[in-house]
Amino acid sequence: MSAGKIVKGMSALALIFLYAPILWIVVYSFNESQLVTVWSRFSTKWYAALLQDEQILRAARISLEVALLSATGATVLGTMVGYALARFGRFPGRTLFSGLVIAILAIPEIIMAISMLLLFVALESATGWPHRDVQTIVMAHITFSTAFVAVVVQTRVSELDVSLEEAAADLGARPLRVFFLVTLPLIAPALLSGWLLAFSLSLDDLVITSFVSGPSSTTLPMVVFSKVRLGLNPEINALGTLIILIVSLVAALSLLRTMFRRRGA
Amino acid sequence: MSVSETRKRALGRFLVIAIPFIWLGALFLAPFLIVAKISLSTAAVAIPPYEPLISWAEDGALVLTLHVGNYKLIFSDPVYLIAYASSLRNAAVTVVFTLLLGYPLAYFIATRRENWRAPLLLLVMLPFWTSFLIRIYAWIGILKPNGVINGVLIWLGLIDKPLMILNTNFAVAVGMVYGYLPFMVLPLYAHLEKMDWSLLEAARDLGAKPARVFREVTLPLSAPGIVAGSLLVFIPAVGEYIVPALLGGPDTLTIGATLWNEFFSNRDWPVASTVAVALIALLVAPLLALQHHRAKGVKTMSDKP
Repeated sequence: MSAGKIVKGMSALALIFLYAPILWIVVYSFNESQLVTVWSRFSTKWYAALLQDEQILRAARISLEVALLSATGATVLGTMVGYALARFGRFPGRTLFSGLVIAILAIPEIIMAISMLLLFVALESATGWPHRDVQTIVMAHITFSTAFVAVVVQTRVSELDVSLEEAAADLGARPLRVFFLVTLPLIAPALLSGWLLAFSLSLDDLVITSFVSGPSSTTLPMVVFSKVRLGLNPEINALGTLIILIVSLVAALSLLRTMFRRRGA
Repeated sequence: MSVSETRKRALGRFLVIAIPFIWLGALFLAPFLIVAKISLSTAAVAIPPYEPLISWAEDGALVLTLHVGNYKLIFSDPVYLIAYASSLRNAAVTVVFTLLLGYPLAYFIATRRENWRAPLLLLVMLPFWTSFLIRIYAWIGILKPNGVINGVLIWLGLIDKPLMILNTNFAVAVGMVYGYLPFMVLPLYAHLEKMDWSLLEAARDLGAKPARVFREVTLPLSAPGIVAGSLLVFIPAVGEYIVPALLGGPDTLTIGATLWNEFFSNRDWPVASTVAVALIALLVAPLLALQHHRAKGVKTMSDKP
């Protein structure tokens, strides 16, 4: 067997491995039987059940609220971090700054979960604030998402042609004007993908959220986790299929956009 | 540029750095000090459930009490040592198998025509954007006794009764490799893609066989990608909680589960903090390696004309 065939075979295997669970989720979301793995016949009843599940709907609303707020906050902070790392050269504390970003990206979630819980508890017992609910979840999500946005923005800004910004500055525009009129429109696609990444990370997070949430702020992953620990549940397959559908649509749109852009260029 | 303008610009730069720095410092760095502090305390029936380190004695003296008992406990009680060992083993297994599966895939994508690479990369990333929890849950349905794999094997007549795959270390390994594969493929791809492919051609033209070209040219050139990918998989994998919780058996003991249970069931926060401090200490070296590696990568990129 040639080397090329081995590479192709292994790649096919890896892709099957990545997509087998997704296929399983979608197929069995249309299974009528409560016993997920035993196929009886085609049915959409678990979608109807999902849309009537008050616990899931309530958690989904909380999760969406948290994701919207934290993705927006993380995009603002992450853009600052990414821009500073790409454009400010060697400033004092740069190593610490970039080290912070990498540490947040790589460190096990459970460590951040515990440290933020202990921070919030210590703060609350000392000052009476913050109460553990949606606000503490949003603060925690902003913290880890900022690092992801920063990497996306840093990559894009360092690819930018500096001469455009220099031209604007030479023509007398102040730094803030240059940023908002020249840099920002150029990096807008990166900001959008950073925002979407932060949004999906927030919507997906279980470990950190479980530690920093309060009794009134149960998010979607927390409900899903409590259900799947009890075993297979066709409603979860239906929920998974909906998420897969939305993510595929967004991904297809972004792919079409980059392909059309390349053709136009 | 006038003096006031230069000053304004300096202030602007300062704010762009200071605002996120204060946020990350307060919510990511400072809490580690609190974790370290609480690891030196003892559990108490109170809110918060630990004793303060500093207290007033009856004679009005300020007393600082540091308990090192928690550290003695986690180094002597085999439960903790077993949990660390099995977490490190899980992470190492994950690195090896994501590398074996991810390297050919990254190589395959990097050697496609340019307009094929973006869609293929998207195909690798797409699962990463959909619920990790639900994708790991899917493996329960695939691996369980009456699940897909056993169904197929029985139908093929290869086995008579279902294999016990779910709730074993093997199932945990499958789930971990599955969950972390994209983290390996992306850095590998990034390094393979910017590799100088003419060197491979030169080696081939000089008569080297494919295996030798791979061993002596491709592999050394892509080594930085292997290091970056391995660290990016290893570090978070050591603390993984969800995969062992859903696919592991009742005897699957990991650091992630230990920490989770100490907080939610035992409510011994000082012991949990100690376990966390030890885990952080374990991960400092790999984190520094990752940081060093990345700084080096950025430098070589900016060295290019």
